[in-house]
Amino acid sequence: MAKLSRLAVWKFASCDGCQLTLLDCEDDLLDLAGAVDVAYFPEASSKMAQGPYDLSLVEGSITTAHDAEQIRDIRAQSKHLVTIGACATSGGIQALRNFADVSDFVAAVYARPDYIDTLETSTPISAHVTVDFELQGCPIDKRQLLEVIGAFLAGRKPVIPQYSVCFECKRRGNTCVMVLGEPCLGPVTQAGCGAICPAYRRACYGCFGPMEAPNIPALSEQWRQLGAGKRQIRDVLRTFYGWSDPFRRESEAHDH
Amino acid sequence: MTTRTITVDYLARVEGEGALDLHIENGEVTAADLRIFEPPRFFEAFLRGRSYTELPDIVARICGICPIAYQLGAIHAVEDAFEVTVDPQVSALRRLIYCGEWIQSHALHVVMLHAPDFLGYPDAIQMAQRHGDAVRRGLALKQAGNALMSLLGGREIHPVSLRAGGFHRVPTKRELEDLSETMKQARDLAEELVKWVSTFPFPALERDYEFVALRHEQEYPITAGRLVSNKGLDIAIERFEHEFEERQVPHSTALQCHMKRRGAYLVGPMARYAINHDRLPQSVQDLASSAGIGAVCRNPFQSIVVRAIEILHACDEAVRLIAAYQEPALPFVPVEPRAAAGFGCTEAPRGICWHRYEFAEDGTIRDARIVPPTSQNQSSVEADLRAVAAPLVDQDDGTLRARCEMTIRNYDPCISCAAHFLDLTVHRS
Repeated sequence: MAKLSRLAVWKFASCDGCQLTLLDCEDDLLDLAGAVDVAYFPEASSKMAQGPYDLSLVEGSITTAHDAEQIRDIRAQSKHLVTIGACATSGGIQALRNFADVSDFVAAVYARPDYIDTLETSTPISAHVTVDFELQGCPIDKRQLLEVIGAFLAGRKPVIPQYSVCFECKRRGNTCVMVLGEPCLGPVTQAGCGAICPAYRRACYGCFGPMEAPNIPALSEQWRQLGAGKRQIRDVLRTFYGWSDPFRRESEAHDH
Repeated sequence: MTTRTITVDYLARVEGEGALDLHIENGEVTAADLRIFEPPRFFEAFLRGRSYTELPDIVARICGICPIAYQLGAIHAVEDAFEVTVDPQVSALRRLIYCGEWIQSHALHVVMLHAPDFLGYPDAIQMAQRHGDAVRRGLALKQAGNALMSLLGGREIHPVSLRAGGFHRVPTKRELEDLSETMKQARDLAEELVKWVSTFPFPALERDYEFVALRHEQEYPITAGRLVSNKGLDIAIERFEHEFEERQVPHSTALQCHMKRRGAYLVGPMARYAINHDRLPQSVQDLASSAGIGAVCRNPFQSIVVRAIEILHACDEAVRLIAAYQEPALPFVPVEPRAAAGFGCTEAPRGICWHRYEFAEDGTIRDARIVPPTSQNQSSVEADLRAVAAPLVDQDDGTLRARCEMTIRNYDPCISCAAHFLDLTVHRS
């Protein structure tokens, strides 16, 4: 019998939702568990086997000196390293601290800030180590997750579309919410969710992050024509993917 | 003097990052510290300056397992502050999607995370080799809960449809009826689950908890009620800060919540059940009784049975709510912001989740405070650990460590929420 590939799942600062996506593959979970050796996945198992691992899935962003150290060790033990979700890929919602003074944040939440050990910034995994693939989404989509795991185990490139949410929206037969007068981030946001928000009659809020080469200034202009002010444009870009380069640049252009 | 220290460096089968240090001196447990090192994410801080319209999407990200608890608590606070009254059918749909969250979260914990402790497996995947039907049943229940969340919310993790005033989109009667059969089948699976978990070997332990839960005039509480305990507390949710206080301890990035003057208390399934047993239908009370659970359960190891009973009730409720549903005239009512404070408190799968916000005139958030269930239970977990470890101090480290981890998992702790949890270190001297 061929040796099974060894899978590891790691967590840094995050909400657990992207790991949960793996457990949410209900119909496929036992098949997947039969096809790989789940060597390290503490959220699901007390068995914590030592590396090396063939594929490491990493959730969460780096916010402590200890975590910055640990991710280098994980990289060294992993043949392939894939980030799952907005936190690991761009710093996540907690990267809002990067736009402020973190000591003010600590003081707002904790009476004894001196007990809290945290870095000034929340940064993506790629700021610390080489990443082989970044799967977008807050949370990630389970079909895309199974595609990425399958591709890496088969030694091929994952087939993940890089176009905008608009393509999925048209395929789903949604009425364009911008045509209805609602400012939407769909034209600059990467597909993958299945255009859920417009199907639920609201505008996309960019939770799958920037698509490849988005023209955000052009979209900002459209937003202005629909009556959006600077603060609204800045804040919508500065949410789950606020620290990604394209969203950050455009939000900073609306700072003052 | 001999000192012994037992450590669990990274607790498995819990949501988030935590550890445990157990200190034993001269054969006495002197301290059991639940160390929560989940890095803080500062939600309360970065909510300041954002609009109330963004609040449900942002607070959902506190927890991928119980996003509805955060979204709905925040929405209730907004509606309280801005004096918004929603359509009764909207309230019914909110209870329905919350049933979905209870079912998927409880099924995940009962079958995938907790049952392996009682049957001696490292995880549900290994357990499936001997107990395949039980694991598949758990997954099917989880899937049924997720189906409710997906239909009503757009997706199961971080749903998109909830908003102040109602929903962005409400389902049609037909769409909901399509789920009715799924929920009836889930109800039967839940009954089998209650019977299965009731056969587990439960370590003997009875603790005199102060249980705190919501209590509602008619319903088993999920989305609304007064804060009530078995030891005399009975307050409106607005009074929470008068009776409870959060303290910071050096070994945890989660603040620990205590009752003023009285200390540790317990929230979650055992508390809800003890306070609201009379709100369960006779059929559910009878099943609980046949599963060995009376009107009050004080053995934390039996929380798994109480959780299974709650799954069953949530399935019953889903069937009832689907049958009674009438599409509201409008998916949401208008919301007009004003300068005001508002409160929200709902029963997350792990217990009460309390919110307070202050808003500026244009609806900008000026201040936010969120008290998640796991931070409220930390002191109770530590008291349980001392009670569990004390008679076992002569046992080897491995035995002690396993029993302590199991004790922590009784709580289904959600550390991601709390850090705002788990390694076990046992220190022996």
